[in-house]
Amino acid sequence: MSLLKYESQQREPLVDGEKNYHQVTEDIIRPIEMKPSRLWYIGFYISVALLLFGVYSVYREVTYGIGQWNLNKTIGWGWDITNFVWWIGIGHAGTLISAILLLFRQGWRTGVNRAAEAMTIFAVMCAGQFPIWHMGRVWMAFFVLPYPNSRGPLWVNFNSPLLWDVFAVSTYFTVSLLFWYSGLLPDLATVRDRAKTKFRKMFYGVASFGWTGSTKHWQRHESLSLVLAGLSTPLVLSVHTIVSFDFATSIVPGWHTTIFPPYFVAGAIFSGFAMVQTLLIIVRKVLNLQDYITIGHIEAMNKIIVLTGSIVGCAYLTELFIAWYGQNPYEWYAFKENRANLFSPYGWSYYLMMFCNVVSPQLFWSRKLRRNITVTFFMSIIVNIGMWFERFVIIVTSVYRDYLPSSWSTYYSPTIWEIGFYLGTFGLFFTCFFLFAKYFPVIAVAEIKAILKTSGENYKVKMSDMEKADAEKFYIDEVEHAH
Amino acid sequence: MAGGIKKFVVGSFDDEKVLFPAVKNVRKAGYKIHEVYTPFPVHGLDHALGMRETSLHTAGFIYAITGTTTALTFISWVFTKDWPLNIGGKPYFSLPAWIPITFELTVLFSAVGMVLTFCYLCNLAPFVKKHHFHPRATDDLFVMAIECTDKTNDAEVQAFLQQAGAQEVNVQEVETGWWIGTYDKTQKLYKEEKGY
Repeated sequence: MSLLKYESQQREPLVDGEKNYHQVTEDIIRPIEMKPSRLWYIGFYISVALLLFGVYSVYREVTYGIGQWNLNKTIGWGWDITNFVWWIGIGHAGTLISAILLLFRQGWRTGVNRAAEAMTIFAVMCAGQFPIWHMGRVWMAFFVLPYPNSRGPLWVNFNSPLLWDVFAVSTYFTVSLLFWYSGLLPDLATVRDRAKTKFRKMFYGVASFGWTGSTKHWQRHESLSLVLAGLSTPLVLSVHTIVSFDFATSIVPGWHTTIFPPYFVAGAIFSGFAMVQTLLIIVRKVLNLQDYITIGHIEAMNKIIVLTGSIVGCAYLTELFIAWYGQNPYEWYAFKENRANLFSPYGWSYYLMMFCNVVSPQLFWSRKLRRNITVTFFMSIIVNIGMWFERFVIIVTSVYRDYLPSSWSTYYSPTIWEIGFYLGTFGLFFTCFFLFAKYFPVIAVAEIKAILKTSGENYKVKMSDMEKADAEKFYIDEVEHAH
Repeated sequence: MAGGIKKFVVGSFDDEKVLFPAVKNVRKAGYKIHEVYTPFPVHGLDHALGMRETSLHTAGFIYAITGTTTALTFISWVFTKDWPLNIGGKPYFSLPAWIPITFELTVLFSAVGMVLTFCYLCNLAPFVKKHHFHPRATDDLFVMAIECTDKTNDAEVQAFLQQAGAQEVNVQEVETGWWIGTYDKTQKLYKEEKGY
């Protein structure tokens, strides 16, 4: 019985304030039942405007071709694939929180998992745009699918990492969506059962699939969540591993390294947590959820940021060392001249990346800074910029000078439509996120209730009083009863 | 199935600490608990009700190996039989290069299959309407529904529930059908469970 499980008094409460089950429902669902604030409308309209700009940029690209972007023979991937890897990396934190932390039985995940999973789904949607529109002739995008066709049938190349990506990203999206939505069902039912308006009754009635909360259903739901978490854990690691294979299986200097899979996965989680922080710091403030997404939650995520940031830092240095130690002149040139040389055309981006990803997160060794919201918010933006530049450095500095000096690229900078496409995915992401925050419970209501009596502030205080008053009786009553 | 009317005595509890002994006492007294509806997964309640374990995870495993086999047989057929392609002089049967897709399909089949099975078993789908014994069962109440037979004296059951700590007790008549669930089939009687 989880409700009688004893949790150490040393642990910070996960839910602050005097709460009971009904209060939890009230706090989390009230924003859905209220008119959105003015701030919500402003944010939403800005996002839609960005989205429309993105749509127009994509329209230009489809009509006039890839030439609308500043790509050239040498730099074929540029901003586009940088953005793809960046977005897909951001998604990884959501799965880490919902799946890996579930397997590790981390109670604090309950406060943040719902929003983080939503972030994953929207980020993967944004990521998917880039390879698709990068195809140029987008109306032939379905050629990546292995379907029986009239050309032989000529099948896709199952040995190609680019095809692995197709499978990895689409599976990742599907599984994340299923995991997220199956978790949402009980909470949507909660909204349905307290709905007053006709629209809400109908909408949440349909969306909650007729959930009743029966014990048998909960039993199956728990089993489903656990197995989905077990499946998502290797899945999320595989996705960024496969993304890194896009680079690592090639023979381009600077890409052809075996360290890429773990290095990419750590970087993905690093940037993903930064994005979770950016979003949740705003959400908890705007929707008044400080009691559920506490400073303790923010600190826990900052600890992951400093850990993964340091792993990424180690990877950068290892990569540099191996480039020198490996004695491959091309590899070493890519690192020494294209990256580490500050005065080379893109040297600045290498040092910007080092500063944002390796140096700045070290601030979080200090407990005071970890628990400071302003610092966290600021840092989360810095990390996201740094991780964008990591992908930019990997892609551009490796390819802009290839084996044939006559085809060395001139300085590459994106066109407005290339940037517009990127801004457009921000529009897509935030439009989705604003709608999510308005129409869905941003915190898993049922999961919070399940941990309330062990980790809620008022219950913890009560339990510690009982423990102090009569330790012997307490253990018989509370702890023994639990088994 | 539809047509018949069943009578239920419904008691609502507001604390799981009261609920657990109540479940035990009700079952001991020989009443048949149709189902308990809770706002969140209450661990151990399924055992207290004498429910058998779910085998959903076994289904998940079967879907998973189906995915593995599908991927492996399909890719091998394509690359060794249907249209062998010479890619950089590598062998036609290049198993290591197929591991990523095989893995992804394993996960995909398992996840999709399990979610569909879950929805099928629990009768969950958009536009489905079910009988709800208490609207606050998804908010803060633990709602126990006890099925009455011809012999049951429902006044007695109501009194029993009240004594067991239920906050609210009433009698509901419901048309039988899938919308009230068929969970009791998977439950053991208290006597069978304890072996007397």
